[in-house]
Amino acid sequence: MEWWYSLVELLPFEWAAPGSMYFMKNALLAVLVISPLFGLLSTMVVTNRMSFFSDALGHSAFTGIAIGTLCGFADPMWMAVLLAAVFALLFTYVRRRSHMASDTVIGVFSSTAVALGIFIATLDGGSFTKFNSLLIGDILSVEPEKIGLLAVILLVVILLWLAAFNGLMLSSIHPALADSRGIRVFWQEAVFSMAIAVVVTVSMTWVGLLVINSLLVLPAAAGRNLARNMRQFHLFSILAAVVAGIAGLMTSFHISSSAGASITLYLALWFALTFLFRQSRAS
Amino acid sequence: MSVHKHGDAGPGCAGSCCLKVTDLGVNFGSEEILHDVSFHLHCGEIVALIGPNGAGKSSLFRTILGQIPHTGTIEFQRAGGDKTRPLIGYVPQSPSFDRGDPVSVFDFFSAAIHRWPVFLPAPKKLRERVKTCLARVHGDALMDKRMGALSGGELQRVLLALALEPLPHILVLDEPLSGVDIDGEKQLLDMLDEIRTNYDLSILLSTHDFATLDQYADKVLLLKHQILKVGTPAEVLSSPEFQAVFHLDLGKGGRR
Repeated sequence: MEWWYSLVELLPFEWAAPGSMYFMKNALLAVLVISPLFGLLSTMVVTNRMSFFSDALGHSAFTGIAIGTLCGFADPMWMAVLLAAVFALLFTYVRRRSHMASDTVIGVFSSTAVALGIFIATLDGGSFTKFNSLLIGDILSVEPEKIGLLAVILLVVILLWLAAFNGLMLSSIHPALADSRGIRVFWQEAVFSMAIAVVVTVSMTWVGLLVINSLLVLPAAAGRNLARNMRQFHLFSILAAVVAGIAGLMTSFHISSSAGASITLYLALWFALTFLFRQSRAS
Repeated sequence: MSVHKHGDAGPGCAGSCCLKVTDLGVNFGSEEILHDVSFHLHCGEIVALIGPNGAGKSSLFRTILGQIPHTGTIEFQRAGGDKTRPLIGYVPQSPSFDRGDPVSVFDFFSAAIHRWPVFLPAPKKLRERVKTCLARVHGDALMDKRMGALSGGELQRVLLALALEPLPHILVLDEPLSGVDIDGEKQLLDMLDEIRTNYDLSILLSTHDFATLDQYADKVLLLKHQILKVGTPAEVLSSPEFQAVFHLDLGKGGRR
């Protein structure tokens, strides 16, 4: 981490001064890792019309943490990651196998997961307040080793994107056509869903369950208003996520607001601007 | 573009039977979609599949593509007695694109034919290759358009170009004429005829447009869960089975 601290010290901010405010420097690095991660995943969430699904995954992640806490794990996150991954796999299976509309399937899964989470969390008269921090999230509490973990996840997702994005895109456009060209549609979707599950669960503690889905939807939703092809789409989406991430963190530092909420509001503003731009171009 | 000749790298079946379907049956749960379906598709032949909505046309195609479990047999015969699974080019029923989807024709096409990730700047060679493929259907000018901005006929041509890369032995088109205007339809049918003569492959397509059948189809299959009638366009269109299937349906619709 020393290389990062000495790099940040070059910045003209008061918190960047040597030997102080390490939490802020950590948070900045975490944002720089998390935001491109969400920007990247966002493109597929929007293309594959899965924004409701990623929301449901956040809920299942909460259930996982509740179960992990119940079992007395020191770090219930791994339990949550496991559960979210299983949930993602199960969901992909049910979606492919049943003729139910996808939003109905998600609704069933999501409400069950939330109910189970609350049930377990409040078992034996337990108090829910210890889970409040998960709902809002606190990026300033991020530790260097967790940033390392996030960086590894970012790397894995980039590799996944390089190897599988074409198949994923084709599967989302037309599953039967993708299948006729030798793409294993089910596994493509399952792996992608699990990637979202892991990312959502791991970053939930810092971003906050209530706003995490907006990071998975807004960057690409705004990018879609501007882009004419996949290259522009990815570029706009990742750029928006990174810029809003940094701006949100700075804002939250200066006016002591939640970082996750600030980032989301910047993205929402950006979405509104791109939307107006698109309307004006269309007319 | 290299010209694929009979029996070389391209498909070839030297006049022998290319696709032989015998006693095919498909069930979705307890619902019987297809039963006792038997027919032959010969090389260089254009066979049109007609039938009311829900007759099982798309299911038959997807079964031939190996995507749906079935009873009965589907046999492929290729040049030199080779019975392995041939390449089947599939043109699906027009997928729906939002006008705003940021998927260009090049993105869609290159994602299907190549592993190079479409979100990275494309190598020149790949662009050239996609352009060559699109030129086969006179669609090279469409390359940088968004999929959502294409007309019905243009979208069908792009899908057709994709089905021809790599060059298949059998081409299967699911309602290629729906959502296509009259000019587009003429262009598409001429193109299919051109493809058939240039590449000597078998074409199986479904359609609701009976008026143009005798201009291109060698054989017509009338399907409603089973094959009701097989013959030349004139034979099938004048048959009592055809009258029964379509007049009955029209009558029901008229009384509503």
